[in-house]
Amino acid sequence: MSGLGIWNYVIFIFLMMAGLYMMISSSNLIKKIIGLNVFQTSVFFMYISFGYVEGGAGPVLTEGVTLYTNPLPHVLILTAIVVGVATTAVGLALTIRIKESFGSIEEDDLHKMDPSI
Amino acid sequence: MMLAHLIDIFLLVFLAVISVALLRIKDLLTAVMIFGIYSLTSASLFMVLAAADVAFTEAAVGAGISIILMLATLAITGREEKIVERKFKLLPLIIVSITGATLLYGIRDLPPFGVASNPAQVHVAPRYIEQSAVETDIPNIVTSVLASYRGFDTLGEVVVIFTAGIGVALLIGRRRRLLTAKEASRHE
Repeated sequence: MSGLGIWNYVIFIFLMMAGLYMMISSSNLIKKIIGLNVFQTSVFFMYISFGYVEGGAGPVLTEGVTLYTNPLPHVLILTAIVVGVATTAVGLALTIRIKESFGSIEEDDLHKMDPSI
Repeated sequence: MMLAHLIDIFLLVFLAVISVALLRIKDLLTAVMIFGIYSLTSASLFMVLAAADVAFTEAAVGAGISIILMLATLAITGREEKIVERKFKLLPLIIVSITGATLLYGIRDLPPFGVASNPAQVHVAPRYIEQSAVETDIPNIVTSVLASYRGFDTLGEVVVIFTAGIGVALLIGRRRRLLTAKEASRHE
C-alpha cells in the first residue's frame, strides 16, 4: 500500500470544504451555485476513485485484458453529472427571476429589502 | 504506474489551487471562466482514473453546458459581485473546519486507493464484467449497465431532466411573455 490513498482523499475533502465555504460565506447567488458545483465534483472524484483499480483497463471489454476498473461508480456518476447540470439550470433560472423581481442577486441586499427571506 | 500517480496528484493539487482562486475572485465573469478550467481539469482527472465515459460527460456537460448557462445568466444579472467592506466572517469558517475535521477522521477507515481486492471491487462488479458481454452483446460495460440493466433508472433520470426543463421554462418563459405584453401595451 502506498501513501497515495490518504492524499487523494485529503484533497477531495479540501475541495468539498472549499465548495461548502463558498456556498455559506459568499453573498452572491451565482458564486453560491459555483460553490455547489465544486462540492458536487468532489463527491464525483470520491466515487470514481473508489472504483479505480491500479493497472486496470477502462471498462470496455477487450481481448486479453482481465483486470478492469469498476464500471458501476462510472454509471452512477454519469447520471449524477447530468442531474447536477439540471439543478444548476434551475438555480440559475431562479437567480434570473430574483434579479428581475428585486433588482439584485446579493443576499445582503435581499435581506434588507425583505427581512422575512 | 508511478507516472499515473504523479499525474493524479498534480491534477488534484491543481484543482485545489483553482478552488482557492474561485473563493478569492470577485469578478463573476472571471470566476465562471475559472470554473470552466476546473471542470476541464476534473475531466482530465477522470481520464487518469480510467473513467473515459465520465470524462466525456464532464467535459461536454460540466465544462460546456454549465458554463454556457452561467454566462447567459451573467449577461442578464451583471458581472460584478458587490464588494462589501465588513469584518471577517468567523461562523462559516468554524462550520467548515468542524465538518472537514470530521471527514478527515472518517477517511482513516477507507480501503486503500486502487487495490483490486477492495470490498467495492469484489462484490457486484465482477458479475457485470463477466456476464455483460454474453447477456447484452455490448463491449462497453458502462453503456450496457446504463442502457440495459438499469434502463429504468436512466428513464428516471430523463424524467428529472424533463422536470428541470419545465421548471426553467416556467420560471423564465413567463417573463418573456410579460415583456412582450408590456411592449405591446407601450406601442398602443
